[in-house]
Parts: sequence; C-alpha cells; structure tokens
Amino acid sequence: MQEHDMSWVRTEMALAEAPPRTEAGAGAWIRKNLFATPVDAILTIFSALVVAWFLPQILNWSLFNAVWTGADRTACLTVDQGGSLPSGWSGACWAFVNAKFGQFMFGRYPIDERWRVILTAVIFVALLAPLLIPRVPYKRLNAILFFAVFPFIAYFLLVGGFFGLPYIETSLWGGLLVTLVISYVGIVVSLPLGIILALGRRSKMPIIKLICVIFIETVRGVPLVTVLFMASFMLPLFVPPGMTFDKFLRALVGVALFASAYMAEVVRGGLQAIPKGQYEGADSLGLGYWQKMGLIVMPQALKLVIPGIVNTFIGMFKDTTLVLIISMFDLLGIVKQHLSDANWATPQTAKSGLVFAAIVFWLFCFGMSRYSIYMERRLDTGHRR
Amino acid sequence: MTAQDVNRAGESSRTSLIYDPRVRSIFFQVLLILLLVFGIWWIVDNTIENLRRSNISTGFGFLRGRAGFDISVSLIPYSSDSTYGRAILVGLVNTLVVAVTGIITATILGFLVGVARLSRNWLLRQIATVYVEVFRNIPPLLVIFFWYLGVLSILPAPRDSIELPMGSYLNSRGFYFPRFIWEQGAWLVFAGFVVGLALTWFVARRARARQMATGQQFPVLWTGLGLIFGFPLLGFALAGFPLTLEFPVAGTFNLTGGVNVSPEFLSLYLALSFYTAAFIAEIVRAGILGVSGGQSEAAAALGLRPGKVLRLVIIPQALRIIIPPLTSQYLNLTKNSSLAVAIGYPDLYAIGGTILNQTGQAIEIVVIFMVIYLSISLLTSLFMNWFNARIALKER
Repeated sequence: MQEHDMSWVRTEMALAEAPPRTEAGAGAWIRKNLFATPVDAILTIFSALVVAWFLPQILNWSLFNAVWTGADRTACLTVDQGGSLPSGWSGACWAFVNAKFGQFMFGRYPIDERWRVILTAVIFVALLAPLLIPRVPYKRLNAILFFAVFPFIAYFLLVGGFFGLPYIETSLWGGLLVTLVISYVGIVVSLPLGIILALGRRSKMPIIKLICVIFIETVRGVPLVTVLFMASFMLPLFVPPGMTFDKFLRALVGVALFASAYMAEVVRGGLQAIPKGQYEGADSLGLGYWQKMGLIVMPQALKLVIPGIVNTFIGMFKDTTLVLIISMFDLLGIVKQHLSDANWATPQTAKSGLVFAAIVFWLFCFGMSRYSIYMERRLDTGHRR
Repeated sequence: MTAQDVNRAGESSRTSLIYDPRVRSIFFQVLLILLLVFGIWWIVDNTIENLRRSNISTGFGFLRGRAGFDISVSLIPYSSDSTYGRAILVGLVNTLVVAVTGIITATILGFLVGVARLSRNWLLRQIATVYVEVFRNIPPLLVIFFWYLGVLSILPAPRDSIELPMGSYLNSRGFYFPRFIWEQGAWLVFAGFVVGLALTWFVARRARARQMATGQQFPVLWTGLGLIFGFPLLGFALAGFPLTLEFPVAGTFNLTGGVNVSPEFLSLYLALSFYTAAFIAEIVRAGILGVSGGQSEAAAALGLRPGKVLRLVIIPQALRIIIPPLTSQYLNLTKNSSLAVAIGYPDLYAIGGTILNQTGQAIEIVVIFMVIYLSISLLTSLFMNWFNARIALKER
C-alpha cells in the first residue's frame, strides 16, 4: 500500500490562465481608455466627431485635391474663376510652392551662385551631424570647427569678394538662407554672451552687477520688434556721419543681443541651482574665479538648463520671422512677398504658401525640441532623487 | 620655519596690490565705468551731430502737432486733426484691448487643453497633444498671417456675407454683430448687478463662517448665480426693458449699423490666443503633474469625490507652480501684440512707426515705446506677484 501512497509532485509550471475576457484585448482597451465613465463616453464621441470633421478635410485639401504641378495661376482655379478645376473645388496649390521653391530657399541670391549656398549648407550639416551624435569621437575638434572656423568659411562662401568669387550683397539674400544664418549667428553669439551676462548678474562687484541687471531687464521687457526697430533706425544715428552698417548686420546685432538677455536668465537659473558646497569646494581647492566657474560650476549648471537653452534657441528661431518688419525677407517674409505675385493670385495661394512655411518651421523646431529631450535623458546623471 | 614664514608674508605684501581681489574688482569696475561713459559720450556726440545735420529738433514737443493720418480702429474719439499724442494713446488702447482679450481667451483655452492632455480619455489626449505640438513649433507671425491672409481675407465680399445666428454677419470686412443701445433707466441693471455681487460676497462669507462653526454646508454657487443674474434682470424689468438692438443691415457695398470687428483685430486676437494657449496648456499640465500623487490619494482616502479632490486639493497646489511661468506667458502675449504692425492693426507699435515716418523723431518714439512696454510688463508682473503671494504656501 505504502508504495502507492506517494504524494504527487508537479515537475513543471502550470500554464497561466488566460486573463478574464473583460481585461484583455482590444475591447478592454477601448473600454478603459475611451468609455470608462459616461462623461468619458460623451467626450470620446465628441472628440471622434471633431476628428471625423477635420481629418478628411485636411487630408483632402493637402493631398487628394491638391494641385502639384502647373505653370501659373490657372492650374489652381475653378471653372467659375477662369480655370479648369470643377466648381466648388478646394485644395492646396502646391504648384505655387513648387514654382517658387528656389526663391523660398535662397531669396534673390543669383541663380549661378546658388551652389555656394548649397556648399555652405553641406559643410554645415557635415559639421553639425557628428557634433549631435554622442558616439562620434573628436568632439572638441569638431566643436572648434563648427563654432570658430565655420563662420569664416560661411562668410567667404556666402558674401564672396575673395578668390574670384563675385561679391553678393546681403540685400539679395532671402528665404530659408536668411532664417538659418540669423539663427546660427544668434545661437553662436547669445550663448557665450548670455553666460557672461549671467555671471555678471551674480557677480559681487556692484557696478558690473547693476549694468548687467539693467541690460537684461530692459531687453526682456520690450518686444523684439522694438529692439530690431532700434537697431535699424537708431544705430545709424549713433555712429559718425558717413559710417554705415549693413542692414543685415544690424538685424543680426539686434537678434543676438535680444537672445543673449534671455539666455542670461536661463543660465542664471542653472547657476542658482548649484549647491553652495560646489562653490566652496572649488574655493578650498584653491581654484581661481574663472577656473572655478569653467571647471566646476558651469558644466553642472549648463547641464541642468539644457531644456531652457534649447527653448530659447527655438524661440529665437521662430523670432527670426520678425525681421520681416524691418523689410528683410526670411522664409516667412519671402513667402508673404510672393503671395502678392499676380501670376499666382488664387484663393488657395495664401493658405498653401503659409502652410508650406509652417511645415518647414515646424520641422526645425520640433527636431530641436526632440533632440533636447534626448540629450536631457542622456545627461541625466542622477540629480533627481 | 619662522624665517620662511616671514619671507612669504613679505612676498605676498609686495605683490598684493595686483593680486588683491578687492583692488582688482575696483580696478575693473572703474575701467568699465570709464568705457561706458566714453561709449555713451561718443554715441550722444554722434547723435547730436547727426540730428543737427538732418535738421531734426529734439524733444517731445512734436506730440502736440497735428497727426494728419486716419486710424481705422479706435475706441476713443480720434480724427486726423487730433494730435500725435492722441494717436499714441489710441495705439496704446488698441494694444491693451488685444492683450486683455487675448490673455482671457488664451487662459481659458490653455487650461482646457492642459487638462485634456492629462485626461484618461485616449482620443482627447491625442487631440490635445497634436494641438500643443503644432502651435508651439510655428512662429506666431505665421499664425497671424494664416488667419489674416489664409482664412479671413478669402471670406465672401459684404454682398454675400455669411449669416450667423443672433443677427450677426461674417465677411471679408470682419465680423458684424448687433449694437446694444441702452436707454433711460439702464443704470438700474448695473445697480442690480452690483447689489447681486455684494450680496453674493456676503452670503459666501456667512456660509463659510457657518460651515466652520457647525459643519453645515450651504449651496453658495447656485445662490450666488441666482443673485448675480436675478438682480440685473429685476432692474431690467423695473426700468421697462430699456434696451434696443441695432442690427447690421446689408447694403450694396457694405453693412451699415451694428458693431464691426475688423479682420485685423480678429486675426491678431485669434492667432495670439491660439498660440499662447499651447504654452499655457503645457504650464498647466506641468503644474498638475507637479502635485505629488500622495495628495490626491490622501484626499480620496478622506472620502472626497474626484471633482472636489481637483478643486480643493490639486488645483490650489498646482496654481503655486503655474502662476510664475503663466506671468511670463502673459507678458509674451502682450509683447507679441506688437506683431500687429505686419497686418496693419493700428497698435502702439504701428502708430509709432507711422509717426516716426512723418516726423523723424526716432529717439523720442523709441523712448516712448520702451517706457510704455516696460511699464506694461512691470504692472503685469507686479499684479501677478501680488496674486502669487496670496496663493503661495503659508508656512507657519
């Protein structure tokens, strides 16, 4: 008997039971995320109606009904308006963007010389891409090339007047070229200037502190339009008669000064977040002021405020559109200028051109913000508790 | 040892003048002041010389001169015979109108979108996310142009206006709605409103005191709404309905009568509200997420319903995080209203530009800009700081 009285021992794991049918599958997901409560259900239905109303309209307008090619306005006009499209048609006139694409990118830059802009852009990307990818080595050399050498190369290439390259006036520049040049200069100038202003504002020397505070608060208190206005109307009054500045240069000065005031406040936030012990530790090691700031405080402070810095860059990139007001043509300015082209005057032209500009701006800004989130995660070395 | 020490001390006292931080700091500050004074002197000297050459008289006397240009939108009486000073005042009023209406709309829209981004409802959350990501990443000027050139300017001409309910119309000249004309006795309505407001305040005070003393609650919200709307209605009826509506009437070329809201104002107002709302939504979201989860759990454990948890526990704490960045968004909106110049809405900046072109008084105009914008900024931040101090954590 005893031989048969062996207790049964399971040698393998039992299979997991399937979850209750109310908790798994698409049905459960829908119930949980869309119809959890009566209010939820109403919201869902309302949102679905909104989507069902807008989405087909947007898709039809931008893709299915859009006109992609054409020589002039007749391509985008309905029968009643003198074109060939069916009456009541509404769609994007991408043919307009297509025809003006070169203008939108380069402005009135001479067509034979556009290769110079393209070459500059290629160098720019070739230097920027390895700088942004953390795994690529030689960061220091790369940064020096990008921030110190590239401006000179770009200047020689874009402005010309040397080595047989014809001189191109900046008044001929336009489009995305202007947007990118202003943003690049703004970024390269505003970061170091902002750091210096932030240090000045936290300095123990009363006069330096006072001057920095006055500068930062005045610039932050007025709109960029006013700063640009000052740069374009008052700068000529400030210099001796006969001495003139390039209009483009004036806009650059305005944007860079404006951005550096904002940058200073961002950096100051980072400086304030560094515990006092770090400063004292550096002092006790016998480091001087610049060593203390450069080796101990700044690396930590800047890392903390990367989101703020990138937000300032994004803001500045968007603010480049304001040079339109002092009659310079960045991407938005040139799009707007071409909207009044009689050859392309249709009811859809304005919308199409502006949507195109919006997409370009959106791609740049969205890219910057995603990269900053990525960088923030990478550099997050345990300040969070 | 001692000899060495003495030696070192002697060394340091010899070189101390260059290496003493205090001496250095004074030296650099004096240097900076000298540079600054020299720079300012140079600029002033050049400016005086330039102004003398171009025969521009300085001073603010020009403000009393006749403006001679018309302004399309003006809330205060203005004609081309008015002075430059009056024109600037018109511009300031227009700027403030856009800023205040924009701030109110952007705040409401931003709070709605910010809460929607945290909703448990997947679809609503996605819509809110798309809204925020789209508007945060395009320039405000582009949004203004989009409304102005892409939407409002291709509306039908006044002849084929789009009819909207309540006797309002929409066409390429803007939005028309009936004008309210108050007749005699209308002050009773206003008086009723004031009385209702005062009584509500009184009731709310009493209700709170009673709840503190006995724990009994009183429906303050409904009573208050009843009082605030009831008394004006009563006054309205007592005065014999002293209100007529002047409806816009379609003419051959234009609509006459009613109130017209210009397309310039509409584009600017809509664009600034939509653009700023995206930023406010993110601030609201961050504020609500910043309140730790334990707070809502504790409130739920006390038996509060979700609505009350939000109203009594989460929002008061979230506001403390929200207010400071919200202030800077309000300031941004006010400053962005200067983009009006791009579409021809006569705000402070646009009118200042016109005056500058007529008189050439660049310095005075820029000073006026700076003073006005800086004081708007300062007043807004003072108010918001006061509000912030009121709701700030009371640490005992």
